[in-house]
Amino acid sequence: MSTEKPKVAFYWCASCGGCEEAVIDLAEDILKVVEAVDIVFWPVALDFKKKDVEAMKDGSIAVSFINGAVRLSEQEEMVKLLRQKSGLVVAFGSCSHLGGIPGLGNFWNKETIFRRAYITTPSTDNPDGTVPLEKTEVDGKELTLPRFYDTVYTLDQVIDVDYYLPGCAPPPDLIMNALQAILEGKLPPKGAVLSPNKSLCDDCKRNESKPEKLTIKEIKRPWEVELDPEKCFLAQGVICMGPATRTGCGERCIEANMPCRGCFGPTDQVIDQGAKFLSSLASILDTDDEKEIEKIVDTIVDPAGTFYRFSLPSSILRRRRMEDIK
Amino acid sequence: MNNDKKIKLTINDKPIEVDEGITILQAAKMLDIDIPTLCYHPLLEPYAACRICVVEKKTGENSDLVTSCNTKVQEGMVIYTDSENAAKARRLNVELLMAQAPAAKPVQEIAKELGIEKTRFEIEDPEEKCILCGLCVRTCEQIVGAEAISFIERGKNRTVSPPFGEPSEACIGCTACAYFCPTEAITVEDLYGRKVIHNELNLGPSTAILVPIRQAVPMVPVIDEEACIHFKTGECKLCEKVCEKEAINHEMEDEEIEIEVGSVILASGFKPFDATRIPAYGYGRFDNVITGLEFEKLNNASGPTEGKILLANGEEPKAVGIVHCVGSRDKNYNEYCSRVCCMYSLKFAHLIKEKTNAEIYDFYIDMRCFGKGYEEFYHRLLEEGTKFIRGCVSEVTDLALTEQEEGKLIINVEDTLLGIVRRIPVDMVILATGLEPGLDQNEIARIFNISCSQDTFFLERHPKLAPVSTFSDGIFLAGTCQSPKDIPDTVAQAGAAASEALALADKGTFELEPITAEIDEERCSGCQLCIGLCPFTAITYNKEKGISEINDALCKGCGTCVSACPSGASQQKHFRDSQIFAEIEGIFIE
Repeated sequence: MSTEKPKVAFYWCASCGGCEEAVIDLAEDILKVVEAVDIVFWPVALDFKKKDVEAMKDGSIAVSFINGAVRLSEQEEMVKLLRQKSGLVVAFGSCSHLGGIPGLGNFWNKETIFRRAYITTPSTDNPDGTVPLEKTEVDGKELTLPRFYDTVYTLDQVIDVDYYLPGCAPPPDLIMNALQAILEGKLPPKGAVLSPNKSLCDDCKRNESKPEKLTIKEIKRPWEVELDPEKCFLAQGVICMGPATRTGCGERCIEANMPCRGCFGPTDQVIDQGAKFLSSLASILDTDDEKEIEKIVDTIVDPAGTFYRFSLPSSILRRRRMEDIK
Repeated sequence: MNNDKKIKLTINDKPIEVDEGITILQAAKMLDIDIPTLCYHPLLEPYAACRICVVEKKTGENSDLVTSCNTKVQEGMVIYTDSENAAKARRLNVELLMAQAPAAKPVQEIAKELGIEKTRFEIEDPEEKCILCGLCVRTCEQIVGAEAISFIERGKNRTVSPPFGEPSEACIGCTACAYFCPTEAITVEDLYGRKVIHNELNLGPSTAILVPIRQAVPMVPVIDEEACIHFKTGECKLCEKVCEKEAINHEMEDEEIEIEVGSVILASGFKPFDATRIPAYGYGRFDNVITGLEFEKLNNASGPTEGKILLANGEEPKAVGIVHCVGSRDKNYNEYCSRVCCMYSLKFAHLIKEKTNAEIYDFYIDMRCFGKGYEEFYHRLLEEGTKFIRGCVSEVTDLALTEQEEGKLIINVEDTLLGIVRRIPVDMVILATGLEPGLDQNEIARIFNISCSQDTFFLERHPKLAPVSTFSDGIFLAGTCQSPKDIPDTVAQAGAAASEALALADKGTFELEPITAEIDEERCSGCQLCIGLCPFTAITYNKEKGISEINDALCKGCGTCVSACPSGASQQKHFRDSQIFAEIEGIFIE
């Protein structure tokens, strides 16, 4: 090839597939992408195999977009391979960036997850208690499955990551901006999250509606109240992670009258999104009485899942202590 | 009227040169010639109704009788105020007025002066006082601007009345007509049950322009807008007209003035305990149960009784009970001691002793005579024969059990020194009410970012080492807003607060807290969570920039905003996350 186009790879790990959809969501812009780059690996859409990647020269892929958290040995193997073959690696979407929804598995371990998924769920009919095994003999032949780790990892806990595209899933404009920056070589410092470093309130139209002193006496879940489509969610007593979440998402949830759940993760200067938000929320509870505080806190259903919905593996906590899991 | 043209005339053969446009009456006044008048008032247009001011005007051979109150001076005028013709006419007019209004005192006085004993004319109504001078009508029209009354009917039926003789809606009840009436023909009746203000009692404003209290600082009058005629009808302004210094301005309005200062001394004072909160003491039910402040008013030489200690019925009390600790040292109301009540109660006892022959009972829990000369004063009172009874008063009642108690207020008290419960009949009970924090204490605390102690008095920075400072730099405390205290203590504290403020001003600089929080403009999303949390109101929202900003001079570095900032934009100097994590890492390095 005389005019060699930059090579691009897409890969998915522990994810829902929404990030793949996000690429398709580029709509006609995808044609511009195809025009500008060669997609050399994209399991969800193109028929290339691992061996094709292995055959490539190290560093020959300009950029690999990897979505999903790392939960299986296979995923670890593949991302390490792609790292070797790629110039740049972009963690694509909340799961590879922060651990994402699969990361909530870190409140459990392999054994408890298997027990639940394959044995105790009411819809499961598995009288023998069979669970997936890494090695199985079938007709004298050995079948293997990748290893299921006890812990879900973010991409950067497994390989070196150059950039992060946040979001569940990343919005098309951020994807295009990132692609353009890479193609034009206008790259921010390594390790940057490719979205503005301010919290969502900066862009939120409801910010104006905040009272002078924002306090919360009672915490409600979205279905418990008729949500005012113009008023700050926190002012309505509904937990909105917006203040502790990076902006750039285009406030899609807010526009749909749903509070922010925090998929963009924290701003650069915050190490632990959940802890930071918890600290904020505790500050605005409108009481000094310990019993009342307890009462309010009790109204938060699944606090860990609420504050660490997308960021548990990347938080200071990382996971629940193994010895505490029964 | 204001031209410089001068007029020469003679009055009673005395020559005088006056401005053009004034009346003969005014010119005569300048010559100290007295012309009697009834319907004349310098503030009103002359009306020439009574015709008492009649004088003789001679022009060459011709002679003429004119009313001096409304006749303007003319060049070369020759006036005689007491010539035979004038005197005759005046006597006739007085006799006519005597027939019209036999009960009018000023007419009688003038008649007496002129030596008229009785009128030749027929008296219709011996009780009549109105001389139809029209002062009331002119007052209502020209000064008040209400035009609520006027003359009705003609001839001998002429009288002053509101339209159709009915109470008029135009009347604003200012009573100016009655005030101007020279013969007391107009009386004020309270048709609407409004409280009549008795001037002689000095208990409230007697006029719409008044000095609020006798100790007012600055000692200047103010206008009571509620009572002022001008604010009802837009007219009057009499005070403005008569004030030679032109100090009165009805156009002035309340204004909020912003002053930039380096320090503030709070001296917002206290509020007296509301004695109605203890129903058992009967305050508000019994006329002769009064509070300490009310006694002060009663005792005041310029007060309602001119300083005489009197009961509601005007008699002198034969026995007075003074109840200490009303609302103080009581778990039901305030646990603290109000500090001033013991001593003012002793003062009261002393004053009552001085002014009356009454028996005085002091009901106390403990005598707290802590100040210079105070204990000596207590001993003086003991010698004076004030009866001190140690114990809490349980009740003040008018329910007599014996004949002796009939018509008295009976104080029920446990005498802890005798170990018995006593009933002591008295005529007057003085409740030594305690001091409570001001009504808007919490609001002031919020505005100035200072704290209140448990009893809501302002909290000083340190009870011993910084008793006039607060936790906000540049905010100092003086007086009872900090705790109950007497005048010497207040003066001492005020002096200290003033010198603290001066010291700060003299230095010109003050030390900022080195460990303050700062908000990174680039990172702040303007979520404003921090603003309501800052206990020093150091954070404000910059709407233009859409971010929150910290005022370094106010920030005390408490770190509340830092822990609350959900996006990590607020960081505390010397305690940044990165520094803390570095420290933690350091600990784990072997």
